[in-house]
Amino acid sequence: MLLEVRDLAVNYSGIQAVRGVSLDIAEGEMVALIGANGAGKSSLINALSGVVRAASGTVTFEGAEIQRMSPWSISARGLIQVPEGRLVFSALSVEENLLLGATAAKGRKAQFGLAEVYDLFPILKERRNQLAGSLSGGQQQMLAIGRGLMSGPRLLLLDEPSLGLAPVIVSQVFRALMELRAQGLTTLLVEQNANLALSVSDRAYMMEQGRIVHQGPSRQMAEDPDIIALYMGQTA
Amino acid sequence: MIAQQLLNGLIVGGVYALFALGFTLVFGIQKILNLAHGAIFTVGAFVSWYVVSLGLPLLLGILASIVVCGLLSMLVEFVCFSRLRKTGDEEFGAIISSIGAGLVIMTVVQRLSNTRVLRFPFETFPVRIYEFAGLRITLLQLFMVGCAALLVLALYILIYRTSFGRRIRAVTDNERASTLVAINPNATYRQVYFISGALAGVAGVLVGLAFSSIHFAMGEPYLLFAFVIVILGGLGSILGATIAALLFGMMQTLTIAFLPSGLTNTIIFLALFLILMVRPNGLFGKEAAGALRGRR
Ligand SMILES: Nc1ncnc2c1ncn2[C@@H]1O[C@H](COP(=O)(O)OP(=O)(O)OP(=O)(O)O)[C@@H](O)[C@H]1O
Ligand SMILES: [Mg+2]
Repeated sequence: MLLEVRDLAVNYSGIQAVRGVSLDIAEGEMVALIGANGAGKSSLINALSGVVRAASGTVTFEGAEIQRMSPWSISARGLIQVPEGRLVFSALSVEENLLLGATAAKGRKAQFGLAEVYDLFPILKERRNQLAGSLSGGQQQMLAIGRGLMSGPRLLLLDEPSLGLAPVIVSQVFRALMELRAQGLTTLLVEQNANLALSVSDRAYMMEQGRIVHQGPSRQMAEDPDIIALYMGQTA
Repeated sequence: MIAQQLLNGLIVGGVYALFALGFTLVFGIQKILNLAHGAIFTVGAFVSWYVVSLGLPLLLGILASIVVCGLLSMLVEFVCFSRLRKTGDEEFGAIISSIGAGLVIMTVVQRLSNTRVLRFPFETFPVRIYEFAGLRITLLQLFMVGCAALLVLALYILIYRTSFGRRIRAVTDNERASTLVAINPNATYRQVYFISGALAGVAGVLVGLAFSSIHFAMGEPYLLFAFVIVILGGLGSILGATIAALLFGMMQTLTIAFLPSGLTNTIIFLALFLILMVRPNGLFGKEAAGALRGRR
């Protein structure tokens, strides 16, 4: 297993955001993590990245326990997060943002260089000397993904890449994700849009109130009446 | 006469730039006013004086000042700011703790120097005067200009043209996002403090050479000047601080030369107030101020 999470818990002064989550991700898989607002998806991802400290449990990445490591040493190992809400370096140019991604690649050979990212998102090439903060929301999302790819990810954690994007842009971003999957990149995709996430992933976990309540192959999950019921409102 | 004063002003302005840049660099990246910066400058002058008084060459003294002041600045960060930053309420606390650090450093220097006013030995720097186009410039002044220009240029290249500078700007822009691209912000802060202290140290040596008056409190007025320069240039702006330092130097020499003594600081602060009324963000407004600090 590339990533093994066991009984992971995350607390914020009083709030138990993640309560004993266990999950596995094998090399080459695209795994979806779905759940409603506040289910604890971002907290789980942030604990994997070391951005928040896990209260208990273990995270094993490529055989090493990483739950006590700093976010910079975790990203240096190739566990790369593309954070929710984009978090690009707004006062730096588009190209500088991408090059900063490459600093996390360290010794690993990155499949993605500037040329490959620009192929994937041609608009970024057009805007490469523009400040990242002046990009549109969708373009910033592409930039955040591009930056993650430049980091030579062994495992890419994508936190709601479709958030706040127009449908056209969402399909553009997801087309890119399909391409990455075909290239064998291992991905954990966090999404509220369950249909979308289940349609591109191999397996999926569903979270509710800090716990994993469903898991299985994505196709099977997509037909599960419970899950359909949960997402009745948003079958776009 | 005016041209000569302007030239002299540019020369001291270059030294002010070195001092103010270190101050604004730290402010730009951490929103912290390091009020121990003047004391670090003082230490720079003393270290070089000591090395020279041992009979060693001045360049070695400058090198020693760079290293000692860089490390001292890192120590100030470690003692005064690093813990404080974790409380998320550092902007006020840092003012108090860095005043404290400045006092401690000054007292140590005062003790070690027995409150004496020192000067570099006469032969430290050859006295040579050049004239061109009716202007006089000494070899020492040329050296000061050279040092200042070289270091300011090096700082620009470092910050805007190297991957190291890109990392500094990334941490400045968004500390949390920087950790996701394998940057350790704490290490970056330490490096910035080293650079800041080293620049202050060199400024201290140059001031010590130019005004032959090295004493434990020599940094105090410079801290005040740095405030004016940094506010004038736009807080956190590197380009703004450089230009403001040169303007400040020229303003200062002109008022000293042509106005009754004692009015210098009054005039300078009046000018500052007037400028801030017209341009509250400093001469280099929002644009330049946002260049290092990200606007989120
Ligand atoms: N920094 C924080 N401090 C305190 N509570 C937090 C913090 N971050 C998240 N929480 C709480 O933890 C719970 C889980 O939040 P989390 O952001 O992990 O949910 P999520 O599944 O990512 O939601 P969304 O789909 O809206 O992004 C929520 O109740 C939230 O209020
Ligand atoms: Mg979330």
